[in-house]
Amino acid sequence: MRDSEYIYAVARIRVKEKSLLTDADIARLTEAGDEKAALQWLTERGWGSGTAGASAGEVLAAEEAKNLKLLHELRVDDAVFSVLSYPQLYHNLKTAIKDVCTSEEHIGAYFRMDPWNRENLMRILRDQDYKKLPEAVREPVEKAYNAMLTTRDGQLCDSIVDRACLEAMEKAGDEAKNDLLRDYCHSQVAIADIRVAVRAQATGKPLRFMLDAMAESCLIDVRRLAESAAKSREELLGFLSGHGYADAAEALEQSPSAFERWCDNRLIETIRPQKTKISSVGPVVAYYLGRENEIRTVRIILTGKANGFGTEEIRERVREMYG
Amino acid sequence: MSIGFMLALLGAALATILAGMGSAWGVGMAGQAAAGVVAEDPDQFAKVLILQLLPGTQGIYGLLVTFITLSRIGLLGGSAALTMDTSTGLAILAACLPIALVGLVSAYHQGKTAVASIGVVAKDPNQFGKAMLFPAMVETYAILALLISILAVSNIPVAA
Repeated sequence: MRDSEYIYAVARIRVKEKSLLTDADIARLTEAGDEKAALQWLTERGWGSGTAGASAGEVLAAEEAKNLKLLHELRVDDAVFSVLSYPQLYHNLKTAIKDVCTSEEHIGAYFRMDPWNRENLMRILRDQDYKKLPEAVREPVEKAYNAMLTTRDGQLCDSIVDRACLEAMEKAGDEAKNDLLRDYCHSQVAIADIRVAVRAQATGKPLRFMLDAMAESCLIDVRRLAESAAKSREELLGFLSGHGYADAAEALEQSPSAFERWCDNRLIETIRPQKTKISSVGPVVAYYLGRENEIRTVRIILTGKANGFGTEEIRERVREMYG
Repeated sequence: MSIGFMLALLGAALATILAGMGSAWGVGMAGQAAAGVVAEDPDQFAKVLILQLLPGTQGIYGLLVTFITLSRIGLLGGSAALTMDTSTGLAILAACLPIALVGLVSAYHQGKTAVASIGVVAKDPNQFGKAMLFPAMVETYAILALLISILAVSNIPVAA
């Protein structure tokens, strides 16, 4: 679709943006007495499917479904839609491989995603009928499935599929005609690589592991990132500070949760300029990603409330809002 | 029928065709945005309708110039200047061009500005007054072109 064909969609998005949660709303939600009070505040604002007494999981699932339904309603290009659903698709694939290989059931761990739901993916994996999967995922799924069958190493399986997801996103970013989609894909890959380096450094993983888990990125030199992480935490912080990610290094020095918050806030910085665009897929994508960020933040707050975290501990973890 | 008469007729036609095309383009774009807003917030119908209509004026200006031109060359009164000389025909064609060309371009851009203004109203309906000013500014140039076309067409001497 051409940019001018998104005028209707962008106008609808502008109205919908008014109902996004703001930073002030999130602060109010964080200060709610308990999970029940927070849920009530959300349902009063139209969250959930309108079912009385719905659980936090049901309310959040309903919001995710609404967000996805809106993309369908606005007839977003299939190419854009598939890029936005990469994280969910690859997540479902990882979970299905583990379910098939270990005979465990993680029914609640799947994203609602047709046709790549639990039943279909499990059938494809059991029959080893990889041709039914999208072309880009066939090879990594077969590799991860065989690795899981032979080694029972869930981390190795995750690493293969996650890397394939990042490579697919980097490629989609290279091919994207829309600026936001390109920036989103490239920045998500760079952030994921930094995340791998940070976690691998903290758990003492070798250089080889990091290089296997990271995908090539046009925004960051992954070999040097991995090498610095393999040396020491100081080397890693120094590398990040010297390569345009000083705020990531600063967040890392604060705490792991501050770093996770930085990762999501970086996404909001990428999408914020779309608020002034009048006709392209950008504002629609930005709204979708902003809603995802909003739902993720609400999940953090509700989980924190349910587990008895204090307001300050939750506040440290909440993300910036797009609204 | 002389070449001059045909040129004058071409000018009259272009005033309606080009200015009308621009308006159709602009109103169409603004209409898509207006429909998007009304789909989510039907209460904004009146406000977005006014913004949608703004790029439609160029088509009316073009039509007005066409009427004046047709009247001047006698086509509406039954005494058509079929033997009009080439230079008079060319002069009438040139007189019609300001509203034809400026109408086309200004209506297109006014449409885009109206889309942006509809976005402003979508976010905050209280900003309607300010939002309307932005596309209205584009109208200035269509009005200037209309004045020049009317003055020129009205003052070119046409022999019956």
